[in-house]
Amino acid sequence: MQVTMTVNGQPYTRDIEPRMLLVHFLRDELGLTGTHWGCDTSNCGTCVVHVDDVPVKSCTMLAAMASGREVRTVEGLESGEGLDPVQQGFVNEHGLQCGFCTPAMMMTARWLLDHNADPSQAEIREAISGTFCRCTGYENIVRAIRWAAEHPRAAAEAPVQEPKEAQPA
Amino acid sequence: MQVPASVDYERATSLDDAIGRLERHGDGARLIAGGHSLLPMMKLRLAVPEVLIDINDLAELRRIRVDGDVLRIGALARHADLLASAIVGEQYRILHDAERVVADPVVRNWGTVGGSLCHADPAEDLSAAFGAIRAEVVARGPGGERVVPVRELAAGPFETVLAPAEVVTEIRAPLRPGTGSAYVKVERRAGDYAVAAAGALVRLEGDAIADVGIGLAAVGAPHSVAAETEQAILGRPADEATLDLAATAAAEECAPVADQRGPSDYKRALAGELTKRALRTAIARARGQEV
Repeated sequence: MQVTMTVNGQPYTRDIEPRMLLVHFLRDELGLTGTHWGCDTSNCGTCVVHVDDVPVKSCTMLAAMASGREVRTVEGLESGEGLDPVQQGFVNEHGLQCGFCTPAMMMTARWLLDHNADPSQAEIREAISGTFCRCTGYENIVRAIRWAAEHPRAAAEAPVQEPKEAQPA
Repeated sequence: MQVPASVDYERATSLDDAIGRLERHGDGARLIAGGHSLLPMMKLRLAVPEVLIDINDLAELRRIRVDGDVLRIGALARHADLLASAIVGEQYRILHDAERVVADPVVRNWGTVGGSLCHADPAEDLSAAFGAIRAEVVARGPGGERVVPVRELAAGPFETVLAPAEVVTEIRAPLRPGTGSAYVKVERRAGDYAVAAAGALVRLEGDAIADVGIGLAAVGAPHSVAAETEQAILGRPADEATLDLAATAAAEECAPVADQRGPSDYKRALAGELTKRALRTAIARARGQEV
């Protein structure tokens, strides 16, 4: 079947099997390997992307279900102004070790900060609770997201994210 | 790598269109909304539908509103929608308590309320929560609409009483001012299924329990409720002795199985204790206390 979706602002059309998962569409059809693929069961949360501005686990959505929708992946975080504050926060606060969970952590953090510009530690921990860091580097991940909250300047210059669907949990 | 078996995919453009497609395709068709239970089961070949009918475009099924004195929750409302709804939190604290512990925030962005109920997983939280408040689901099929109490929706694990071409369109619960409700869950880690969980709704007359509903998740309680325990404490004073009685009754009434989340005796004891805690909080809320 034919699917058409916008990924990081670019329209893509591909012929795929209906059973293809969104994570494999992004990685194998579009070559966007920044989105990682881990447990396959929506537990580990390493495959988080935004679909219509809401973070979802792309291993548990068919690419067909995303057809006609707007997808944003970690490759879409950086803007013409440079790294997103969330990315800079992960750099500055050593928010990654092996880096496997990092794209999902950053996409989840971006959405959190778009809806709650000054989240508490507890709110950050709740927001990222759907993604595992098997290096157990949570302290630095939380610090990285706090850094981004405290340095939002570049975020104001990034593409505006209109909250369309769910509210922060 | 886990991928679903080959399957056809169609997108419904309206409720009637979805029902028509279900009728045409028969037993091999399954609706897909959030898909957060169905797709993992398809990867494991525990579910092998021939065609998926995507209903995510049916925005009219996603509304949450109060209509007269009835809370009406569209079946396609995401878990996050329910959690973000102020009216839901005001009327039924139990639903916000439960939604805070359904999976994790990212899963809650996409998984749906109606999907959870229709999936009829015995370990799922919402059947117990909506069962405790005696909510009803509205199902539309080729022959029209009918109303099914949530307590009668599941026909067994992963099975419902719905006909193949019936679609749950909304969940309804009458507003019940003066009641208090709560849901408590023990899980091994954030976002996991319950080891055990209990929900309660209470209305008091004076200091007596005038109305009570108790839901139990993941412990083998028939229809995810503790109907005998409800009867045992109805009319009794809302005190610790009654809570002890409820704990004992609920522990006897459930039938947990041992698995990687714990032995059956432990789960039985936990079901009793959580019933007590849910009732205690529901009673305090019915009294207007902030808990």
